Amino acid sequence: MRKENGMTATQPITGPVTEASEQPGATGSPSGGRKPGGDARETLYFALRNPKVIIGMVVVLGFLLLGLLGPAFLRYAPMDYAGPPMAPPSADFPFGTTTFGQDVFAQFVAGLRSTFLVGLLGGGVSAVIGMTIGFVAGYRGGLIDELLNMLTNVVLVIPGFVVLIIINAYLGVRSVPMQALYIGVFSWPWVARAVRAQTLSLRSRDFIDLARLSGVGVGTILRREVAPNMYSYLFMTFVLLFGGSILTAASLDFIGLGPTNAMSLGLMMNQAVQWSALHLGLWWWFIPPGLGITLIVGSLYIMNVGLDEVFNPKLREM
Amino acid sequence: MLTLTQLDKVYKTGTFGTSDLHAVRQVSLDVQRGEVVSLIGESGSGKSTIGKMVLHLLDSTGGTITFDGRDVTKLGFRARRDYYRKVQGVFQDPFSSFNPIFKVDRTFETLRQSYFPKVSGSEWRSRLDDALAAVTLEPDDILGKFPHQLSGGQLQRLLIARALLLDIELLVADEIISMLDASTRIDVLNLLGELKARGLGILFVTHDLSLGNYVSDRVVILYKGRIVERGDTTAVFDDPLHPYTRDLLASVPHLDRTWEEVEAEEAGRAARLAGRCLYHEAVAAQGRSLGEEAASAEGSGSGEVPDGVGLVEYAPGHFVGCFRKAAEEPCPAGS
Repeated sequence: MRKENGMTATQPITGPVTEASEQPGATGSPSGGRKPGGDARETLYFALRNPKVIIGMVVVLGFLLLGLLGPAFLRYAPMDYAGPPMAPPSADFPFGTTTFGQDVFAQFVAGLRSTFLVGLLGGGVSAVIGMTIGFVAGYRGGLIDELLNMLTNVVLVIPGFVVLIIINAYLGVRSVPMQALYIGVFSWPWVARAVRAQTLSLRSRDFIDLARLSGVGVGTILRREVAPNMYSYLFMTFVLLFGGSILTAASLDFIGLGPTNAMSLGLMMNQAVQWSALHLGLWWWFIPPGLGITLIVGSLYIMNVGLDEVFNPKLREM
Repeated sequence: MLTLTQLDKVYKTGTFGTSDLHAVRQVSLDVQRGEVVSLIGESGSGKSTIGKMVLHLLDSTGGTITFDGRDVTKLGFRARRDYYRKVQGVFQDPFSSFNPIFKVDRTFETLRQSYFPKVSGSEWRSRLDDALAAVTLEPDDILGKFPHQLSGGQLQRLLIARALLLDIELLVADEIISMLDASTRIDVLNLLGELKARGLGILFVTHDLSLGNYVSDRVVILYKGRIVERGDTTAVFDDPLHPYTRDLLASVPHLDRTWEEVEAEEAGRAARLAGRCLYHEAVAAQGRSLGEEAASAEGSGSGEVPDGVGLVEYAPGHFVGCFRKAAEEPCPAGS
C-alpha cells in the first residue's frame, strides 16, 4: 500500500494530468489508502521521507533533548564558581568558563531550557490568539470582522516592547513563563491580519460552498477545509513567532528586565557583552548562545520549507 | 416544487453603503419535478445569484423561496441541513470545487460523516459505486486521486455523483458545462437528461443559449437582474418577443442558416414590434391602473410589483416583461 501511494503521488511529475487519469492500473487495490485517517498517516509518511524536514527536526530535537536532559549530567549549576576564570574550552569545561569561572556549558544548557520555554509559550499564545481572531474575522465577515479588525489594529499600534518594559518593571514578575506570556499577548496582531486575509480569499472558493452544502458547521469548515490549506503557512507563522519571542526575551534580558531566578541564552549574551567578552577575546562565552538561537530558528525555517512540500501534494518531489 | 416569488437581492455599495445595487429584481419562477428550467443571461444578469440564494449560500433581501409548499427563505442551521438532503448544487469550476490538498474521496467522506454516520463502510462503498456508475465513472480510476490528477469532466461528474448520494429532488446546476471540453460536455448534458427522467427538478444556470435550448423544458431569460421573458423552451426560441431575447437569439450562429436569413427574420420581427411594449399593452387592455399590476402578473396575489418589473402572459405559458432593457430606461412604448 505504501508503494502504491508513492506511485499515485508521482504521476503529476511523470506525465500530464490528463494522461495520469487514464492509467487505470496505477491506483492499485480499491481499498488501499482510502480508510479514514489514511490522510494523516500518509502525511507522516511523506514528512519522514523529506530531507529538509528530517534535518530541521534533528537539530531542533537535539537542542531540546540537550536542554531537557543535560542538567542531569552536569557537575556544576549555571551560577556556580566552578573553575579558573576565563579558561578556554577544555575537557573539563567544554565551552570554557566566564570571567568569574562559571561553566559556560552549564549556562548554555540551562539557557536552552528557558529559551525553548519562552519560544513555545510566547509563540503558542500569540499563535492561538492571532489564528482564532484571523479565522473568525475572515470567515464570518460583517460586523464581527469590523470589531475584531479594530481590536487587531489597536493592539498593532501599541508599542509592544515599551508596554512590556512597563509591565515587567511595574509588576516585577520576573519568571520565564510570565515573560513568555506577556510577549505572546502583544505579538499576535500581524498573525491575525495575515490569517484573516488568507481566510478571506479561501472563503470564496467553491469547495467551501460545497462543504456548506454538506450541512457542515462553521467550526468544522474552518478546521477541515480552510486551515489545512494554510498548514505550512501557519507553521511558518509559529516559527517566526517562536523566533520573535526568543529575540524579544533576549532584548528584555539585555536591558536588565530578564528573569531573576533563571538563565537564558539572551541573558548569557547580555552578560558576555557587559563583561567585555568581545574585547577580552572570550569567544566561547558569546558564540554558543548566539549560534544556538540561530541554529534553532534556522532549522525551524528549513523544516517549514520541507513541510510545505508535505502538505501540498503538488510540490512533492518524489 | 420550488417556487420563487418576487425574489430580491440588493447589495450595498459605495462608501458607508450609501448606494444600492439591485442584483436580482422581483424574480418569480418555479421548477417542477422531472423538469429542467434554464436561467439564461449574460454575465452580471443575476443568474448565479439566484442559484446561490436557492442554495442558501446567499441571503435574499426580499421575496420568498418555497420548497414543496414550505417557506425556506430563512433557515436555521438544523433546518438547512435537512433542506440540503433534498436540494444540492454543482458549481461552474470543478477544479475549485475540490480542496486541492486532499484526495477527491474526502468530499464523499464529508458527506458521509455529516448525513450517514451510521452507514457501515461496505454499505457506503456500494452506494458510492452505484452513484459513480450512474455518472459513468469507474470507481477504481477515480477514488484515491488528487483533484489535479483528474480531468474537469471527471470532477464535474464526481460532483453530480456526490449530489446523487443524498437522494435529492432538486439540483441547481450553476454553469456546470462552461468549463468543460466540447467532448465531455455532451456526456454531462445527457446525464442531466437522465436525472430529469428519474424525476429530479433541475435549475440549469447558463449563458449559453444552445445548451439551454438542448436540455431544458422551460427557459427564463434574465437581463440586469430582471426576468424579461419566460416560457416553454419552444415558445421562447421560436417566437422571441422581448428586444433583449431577440438580440440574444439573433447573435447565435446556426449551422443550417446564413446570417442573412437570421437577420431578415429578426428585421421582420423588429418591424412588427417596433415602438411597442406588449407588457404595457396587455396591462392597458385589461383596464388596470399600474398599481394593480401585481394581480395580473402571474396571479401572485398580494404584494406590489413596482412598475415594469412584472410579466404578462402573451400566449399560454409564454410570459414577457416590459420592453425596456435596463430597469432605469424608459419603456419604448412611452408609457
